Amino acid sequence: MHRRSFLVTGTAAAAGLAFPAVLRAQGGDTIKIGFPGPTTGPFGALAKDQQQGAVVAMEEINAKGGVLGRKLEVLFRDDQLKPAVGAQRTKELIENEKCEFIVGGLAAHVQMAINEQTKKAGKLFISVSQSDEISAKPDAGPLTFHEALNPTITGRAVAAWIAQNLGKKWWIVYADYAWGKQNNAVFSEVVKKQGGTVLGSTPYPLGNAEFSAHLPKIVAAKPEVLVAVTPGADDIAFLKQAASFGLKKEMKIAQPLHWLPYLKEGGPDLYADIYAGINFSWQLEDSIPEAKNYVSLYRKKYNEPPGDYGAYAYSAIHEVARGIALAKAVNSDAVAAALIANPAYNHYKGKQWWRACDRKSFQDLWIVKGRDRSKMKGDWDFLDIVQKVAASEELDRTCKEKGFA
Amino acid sequence: MADLTLATLAAQVFTGLVLGMILVLLAIGLSLIFGLMTVVNFAHGSLYMLGAYFGFFLIAYTKSFWLALVVAPMLVGVFGLLMERFLVRPLYGRSIDDPLLLTFGLSLVLVEAVRLVWGKIGLTLDPPPALAGAVNLGFTYFPLYRLFVIGVTVVVLVALLLFLEKTNVGLIIRAGSRDPVMVRALGFDLGRVWLLVFGIGTALAGLAGILAGPMRGVYAEMGVTIVIESFVVVVVGGMGSLPGAIVAGLVIGQVVSLTTLFAPKFAEIMVFIVMALVLLVRPSGLFGEAGLME
Repeated sequence: MHRRSFLVTGTAAAAGLAFPAVLRAQGGDTIKIGFPGPTTGPFGALAKDQQQGAVVAMEEINAKGGVLGRKLEVLFRDDQLKPAVGAQRTKELIENEKCEFIVGGLAAHVQMAINEQTKKAGKLFISVSQSDEISAKPDAGPLTFHEALNPTITGRAVAAWIAQNLGKKWWIVYADYAWGKQNNAVFSEVVKKQGGTVLGSTPYPLGNAEFSAHLPKIVAAKPEVLVAVTPGADDIAFLKQAASFGLKKEMKIAQPLHWLPYLKEGGPDLYADIYAGINFSWQLEDSIPEAKNYVSLYRKKYNEPPGDYGAYAYSAIHEVARGIALAKAVNSDAVAAALIANPAYNHYKGKQWWRACDRKSFQDLWIVKGRDRSKMKGDWDFLDIVQKVAASEELDRTCKEKGFA
Repeated sequence: MADLTLATLAAQVFTGLVLGMILVLLAIGLSLIFGLMTVVNFAHGSLYMLGAYFGFFLIAYTKSFWLALVVAPMLVGVFGLLMERFLVRPLYGRSIDDPLLLTFGLSLVLVEAVRLVWGKIGLTLDPPPALAGAVNLGFTYFPLYRLFVIGVTVVVLVALLLFLEKTNVGLIIRAGSRDPVMVRALGFDLGRVWLLVFGIGTALAGLAGILAGPMRGVYAEMGVTIVIESFVVVVVGGMGSLPGAIVAGLVIGQVVSLTTLFAPKFAEIMVFIVMALVLLVRPSGLFGEAGLME
């Protein structure tokens, strides 16, 4: 290579290398929030809704000039539904990407792994999916916040309603992992308190697609209500097989939760008449102004209404921003203290608040039922809202029960 | 369980039969390919998944489940032919690990490719209207579609065994799996036979996939666990043995089903316990011949 051409190429290469550095320097002005979630695998649809909810919040905040004059930047990572991967991604987000705050997590056991990392690094973590342990000792750390409902709250609200309205002889099928087991425990406890019985409860491995071997004995036991704790993609396989074995005709089917992405995937014929709890449904836009704001922003961006879990992420990103504005600092400890000192907020469905002892968010939830196809208005109108259950700390375990003095 | 009746038990055996049938279809393909070429095809689960996806789109475009049921396995079979010709063939004569690593890598590539092309969210496939209901078997209501799966599998297995036992090509395939050198010496082109067998084996995986789709849903990871169970079936039956694959597939189906009835927590692990027990007593599997793996 000639000396001249070497110089020319060399300079060009150096300029090329320098460019990303410039971009990075500008990027340094943003406030970074790390967001791990299982975008691949059986919960992919829920993780996508969460990411989209977070994006809507980020853009809404940035459109108004950001916080403390700085824009928010949310960095998404795939945790593959594996605790080890979730931990690794979180570590990278904190150490390499310099994220001061972590929001995210979907599967309960992956939330724990994310939480371990944020605790170690002393960063604020707002978990946006269900778990009992995340807001209880020994898992909850001083900077662990929990925006979502949890199995105890959902279970107590939904199980009591089912026992009072649908029948008291139950069979429970549950996914054999943290969230499934917690639900099985709470539902069993509540139905007994209501004077009912659990005829049987069968665990199955999470991510299963073949339930037929579970069904004959359920038919034979003749429960009045079948409680299906079959999250994510399992739900569609389970309900389909339950229907094909005739269970839907012989008993009521109820679940802890409905999720919009799976209602869409499974369709109204699968979900008609199936009862569940839900943290948010877009039809609330008719009655709640904050819901109307969120739903219309989301619709504008994605051409479809938001789901339920996306709303948790939307709210959590807003809480990080609110905390930064209150604390006037981009610092986990200061933000956590500011949120606890000003616990009440309302981003998408009415008033919520943080309980000081466990940093758990209390909020309304709703009992819903799959709507008949003939009554649907539009493609996404899957649910009848049956009843609102008002936010109450009584629905959760007490601070003392959760290990806080 | 005090309330266990004969009717429940019969229903349980029937559900186990359907589980077994899908496993048999997968295990037979694996076993054919292994028996003739000593290739451990780890991509078999991904081909099962491709069968379901091809089926889904064929049904969407042609509106005919029946057409899709025939064409989707053929498409997977063609994919298998290409796979043998261009990927596996260069590795013949090497150690058994090389094609294993290749097919394992390919299975990851296929799952990722499907996620990229058709998205991370699963698809829902319904049985055709003619097979949508349930029938009264006397002891239980059973989904018609699941009976149909049993029927299709039996027909395919009978046809396959007749082909292997009664036709000249079948004779060459059987001879080739015993002694490839001698078959070559007699002047037969084993390359074409290997190609054919790879095609048939992979087409059977595709058939299992489209049959399973309406029961279990269609998603990129659907082959990940079932390929392990299929390997268990092949090992229990004896590597390379077709009767072994059939018997072991039906046995494993019942093991899963009956363990689910009595102790659902152990349904997954029981499959491996059975495998371990069989291997302790018969190291080459139920119908296996010693020495194939060396």
